[in-house]
Amino acid sequence: MTKTCLTFRDLTLGYNSHPAIHHLDGTIRRGSLTAVVGANGSGKSTLMKGIVGVLKPMAGTVVRAPGVRAAYLPQQSELDRSFPARVVDLVSLGLWPRRGLLGRYTREDRDSVSQALMAVGLGGFEKRPIDTLSGGQLQRTLFARVLLQDADLILLDEPFNAVDTKTVGDLIALIKRWHGEERTILVVVHDLELVRQNFPETLLLARQPIAWGETRETLRPENLLRARRFHEAWEENAPWCEPDKHGDHGHGPGHDPGHNHAHDHHHGSGPRAA
Amino acid sequence: MMDTLYGLLIAPFAEFAFMQRALAGSLMLSLGACPVGVFLMLRRMSLSGDAMAHAILPGAAAGFLFYGLEILPMTIGGLIAGIIVALGAGAVSRFTIQREDASMAAFYLISLAIGVLMVSIRGSSVDLMHVLFGTVLALNNEALTLIGGIVLVTLVSLAIFWRALVAECLDPLFLRSVSRLGSPVHFIFLGLVVLNLVGGFQALGTLLSVGLMMLPAAAARFWTMRVEPMCVLAVLIGFASCVAGLLLSYHVSLPSGPAIILSAGVVYFASILFGTRGILRARIIHHRHRTA
Repeated sequence: MTKTCLTFRDLTLGYNSHPAIHHLDGTIRRGSLTAVVGANGSGKSTLMKGIVGVLKPMAGTVVRAPGVRAAYLPQQSELDRSFPARVVDLVSLGLWPRRGLLGRYTREDRDSVSQALMAVGLGGFEKRPIDTLSGGQLQRTLFARVLLQDADLILLDEPFNAVDTKTVGDLIALIKRWHGEERTILVVVHDLELVRQNFPETLLLARQPIAWGETRETLRPENLLRARRFHEAWEENAPWCEPDKHGDHGHGPGHDPGHNHAHDHHHGSGPRAA
Repeated sequence: MMDTLYGLLIAPFAEFAFMQRALAGSLMLSLGACPVGVFLMLRRMSLSGDAMAHAILPGAAAGFLFYGLEILPMTIGGLIAGIIVALGAGAVSRFTIQREDASMAAFYLISLAIGVLMVSIRGSSVDLMHVLFGTVLALNNEALTLIGGIVLVTLVSLAIFWRALVAECLDPLFLRSVSRLGSPVHFIFLGLVVLNLVGGFQALGTLLSVGLMMLPAAAARFWTMRVEPMCVLAVLIGFASCVAGLLLSYHVSLPSGPAIILSAGVVYFASILFGTRGILRARIIHHRHRTA
């Protein structure tokens, strides 16, 4: 069993040929729990989409270790809340990896749906129509679906939005349980205090990785300052990024953690002002 | 009393073969088209059905131009035109920034213009009326077989792709994260829409076939909170509308297509008012509330 779960090789992700993640290299260790931190527009959600495969890379690759199944909780779900479905129907979608298109749901499956709901504090909500849930309840329902997916790699994009303090605690406990089960977890979080207390490793993004490694080191004030100074807007006339101008970008825990990873060479990327 | 009822409700079907065919054809149509309509509605594509119905016209007209008023060439032509428009509009919305409503509008308008052009090149207005409004009372064996086949394909496809179709409506991003079925399912569904509209156009015409698809679905929405019962209810409403419409058409000598669709329209308005999720119920129940 390999120790690497995810490998980024010179990964560039973005929209309309403007990079939102620029030349990311590095690896995510199997069984690691990593917080992804950064300002708005720093590429956190884009990275998640790239990993799960709903956004194709503009350059480079994301390689998942063979057999690794991902579960993804997006920040902006495309969920149609007016669709006539009950909580149990929504959560049961999480059985897809196990049952696929045609497999029958067994009694066991139905029990595991109830258990998943119980685990997020929504026991007895099975029959509720989804359009009657509050924002936080819906978020927990989606958490239950992730739980049911039983994935090796779990990607949570700002899962604590619109969730009250008590529930954040419950959800953190759930994440720690997954961590204990040797699952690989990446969570986009804004609350740095929460990160310091609960996440062993952190990736600090500002379209490029500013720092990546052990949380206390990564979230040092000078790193945070540098992460804040990146240029959020696109430059329409930014020159094209030439592929040959950047050589080695070794990133990732184990590779010089906490060290200054900002690229000092200018390869025409424009968007960075550091 | 029993005789009167028999005369009103049963006799027309028992005594006339053309009524039996009309009944068989329209009931089969409901069986396939109504569930498809439910999903069209839930995907907020209710008007796309109407657009598709227009889009079929040039294909049917081409069949008509080359072979005259024959069912098979017109059906195949309609099918081809419908699929081109559905795939074209679907592809534009999937792979560009344009939303499906806009691309569908563009494609169907172009298609409709071509259709009208073709019919006017060599058709009298009577023929055009036939293409547009159909005649459920003149369904022959060929047409019934065709409709039967379409219904079979529709129900089998729905059964196979049910879970993916529900997931694609409910949470498309989730489906994309666990499976590659998202886009195929969307196109299969558009194919079913076209198929059922084409099936309906012998009986109800291109313009009204969409009515049997959408009205029962829209009415069923007022009665239930779940997809499965909604589909079943839509089919039942479709059945009732067909029977009622054909009887009206027989007794009062109305054109059969509009009679069927208007019957469904009556059910729709009744559902708005009296449905468990309709206006009256919401007014009455919501004055009272529980303690928790």
